[in-house]
Amino acid sequence: MNLNILEVRDLHVHYHTRLGAVKAVNGASFDLHAEERLGLVGESGSGKSTIALALMRLIRPPGKIEGGQVLLDGISLLELSEEQMRRVRLAEIAMVSQGAMNSLNPVARVHRQIEDALRDHGVKQTKRERAEWIGELLQRVGLPPATAEMYPHELSGGMKQRVCVAIAICLKPKVIIADEPTSALDVVVQHQVMETLETLRAELGASIILIGHDMGLMAQTVDRIGVMYAGDLIETGSIEALFNDPLHPYTRLLMASLPSLEHKEAAKGIPGLMPSLLNRPTGCPFHPRCPEAFDRCKVEEPMLLTVQPNRGVACHLHSAEPAEGEAS
Amino acid sequence: MTALLETRNVTKVFGGGPFHRGSSVTALNNLSLTIEDEPPTITAIVGESGSGKTTFARLILGLANPTSGEVRYRGVNLRQLDRDQRRQFLRDVQVIFQDPYEVYNPFYKIDHVLEEPIANFRLAESKAHGRELIVDALTTVGLRPEETLGRYPHQLSGGQRQRIMVARALLVRPRVIIADEPVSMIDASLRATVIESLRDLNRQFGISLIYITHDLTTAYQLSENIVVLYQGAVSEVGDVERVVKEPEHPYTRLLIGSIPRPDPKHPWGIKDNVPDTIDKSVGWQKGCYFANRCPEVMKICREKIPPLYQTAPHRATACHLYNESPVVESETLNKIFIARS
Repeated sequence: MNLNILEVRDLHVHYHTRLGAVKAVNGASFDLHAEERLGLVGESGSGKSTIALALMRLIRPPGKIEGGQVLLDGISLLELSEEQMRRVRLAEIAMVSQGAMNSLNPVARVHRQIEDALRDHGVKQTKRERAEWIGELLQRVGLPPATAEMYPHELSGGMKQRVCVAIAICLKPKVIIADEPTSALDVVVQHQVMETLETLRAELGASIILIGHDMGLMAQTVDRIGVMYAGDLIETGSIEALFNDPLHPYTRLLMASLPSLEHKEAAKGIPGLMPSLLNRPTGCPFHPRCPEAFDRCKVEEPMLLTVQPNRGVACHLHSAEPAEGEAS
Repeated sequence: MTALLETRNVTKVFGGGPFHRGSSVTALNNLSLTIEDEPPTITAIVGESGSGKTTFARLILGLANPTSGEVRYRGVNLRQLDRDQRRQFLRDVQVIFQDPYEVYNPFYKIDHVLEEPIANFRLAESKAHGRELIVDALTTVGLRPEETLGRYPHQLSGGQRQRIMVARALLVRPRVIIADEPVSMIDASLRATVIESLRDLNRQFGISLIYITHDLTTAYQLSENIVVLYQGAVSEVGDVERVVKEPEHPYTRLLIGSIPRPDPKHPWGIKDNVPDTIDKSVGWQKGCYFANRCPEVMKICREKIPPLYQTAPHRATACHLYNESPVVESETLNKIFIARS
């Protein structure tokens, strides 16, 4: 069953600065299947967090969604009014971000912060029903019920992040966007929080988009992965396929840059820097750093092509079959 | 020869005192570590939040006073340095903090943090020379000077800001850099590069490093010796190669098992059997601090704090499982360390 819960088509997001438009997301297209765990991996500035914000329609000026389509269960999110979108947020598509734990109101008890979300979305409950529902939510994210009466400063980082997860799932969304949800947590706690998130996702039957830069975390928690570079989605595939046989040179170098617990000094950083998104290089955005670049890479931007079943790669090394009207 | 920097049985207790009776926290317990001037070394201090690793950094930098024990710079207690010694200390010992968002004054361009040490320590003969030094330092840490200088902190990413801090530390050519989680906010593809440039600082410029982190993978990559802290006490110490590959202390095993390996075929390892939502901090307690979470806890663990047992020439573990090994006699952990070959 491959029902798509979310379809993103040719999404463009630009930040308009004095120096020109920063093309943070440059025509990304991907699908999220029902109950699927999709990872979006990339370095800072690759556009992964901008995609998350765009899906939530939380891009603020000077940022702007310039084009494309986002279909959430058939609803075109980009065409909704602000008020309609506000209702969809949290109820249908919710987000847990890296700094979520710092977004809690420091002078409000935990239960009030969850109530705020429920009330804002017009959930009609008696006081007692609400208290019970909050208790259950907290229990589901692995927090003792007494947490409801506590203030954020009384909680550890992991507990605060769990409160944010509780808020994110309080209206049973279909899609959860987790943008580096555990990068501020200790590794032992990270393991526990990720496990809670996965249990909840499975219970809700929701899909998740996990955004991050930690390939290790991706390998352990997602089914399918998309690699982003300079605003482009450059490779997609199942986690096994991508780790066994990375196709794009960037993905290969990224894998080789991961420090290991087995071999010392084996990891190699990728030389060069990500291009400035203000003036992207012509052709493939990776060509200035790519060890396998050839003439065509400098002039023609590769498209994300399906090269194997369920695998896409945007690289001229893999588009040998004459695509659309290519003469050679 | 006197050591460049050493801690002697430092302990730091927060709280306590007449107004906080019964609520004191021992952030760091009796740690003795020495950094010699030569040869340059890399020592990793690893632990979760609350393990006391940042407290250790603050003590060794003189930003906090130990409750007992002392920190010495070239044989002199940090509190007793005279003006010249203090000046030399501030130059010899540099720091890279964890959070690249908080160390900058948002009203100054980032050039300011780089020009400051040059002016303070009179590193440059002329303005142009100063500029040259800054450009060199930025390039060494993998930044494009033309895209970095003249900007304000909010215009740069966390990774860029952190690398500017590495560049700043490098500018003054210190003897030792205390790096508190320097790469935790830097991207994977650049993390290897930054680790590489830290290693270069050590090898080319002869700067010793104290690498404080929660990340055992980069600690393994960078350091020669490792000190694993739990609740302020040393739980395992020694040759990083052995400690990471064959961890002895159940806590070290938990830490290593919790690392998500970048390999789908290598499933996520052991999990903590105690939920992260209960308070794991220990107040007054008789036995091993880890006993409440330890899967191999024995009766003695709740009665007696385990001493450091020397289980091999270059490693020691504070765990009753190893009570057949001799207890480490020496004061400083350096006796256990493996020397650079």
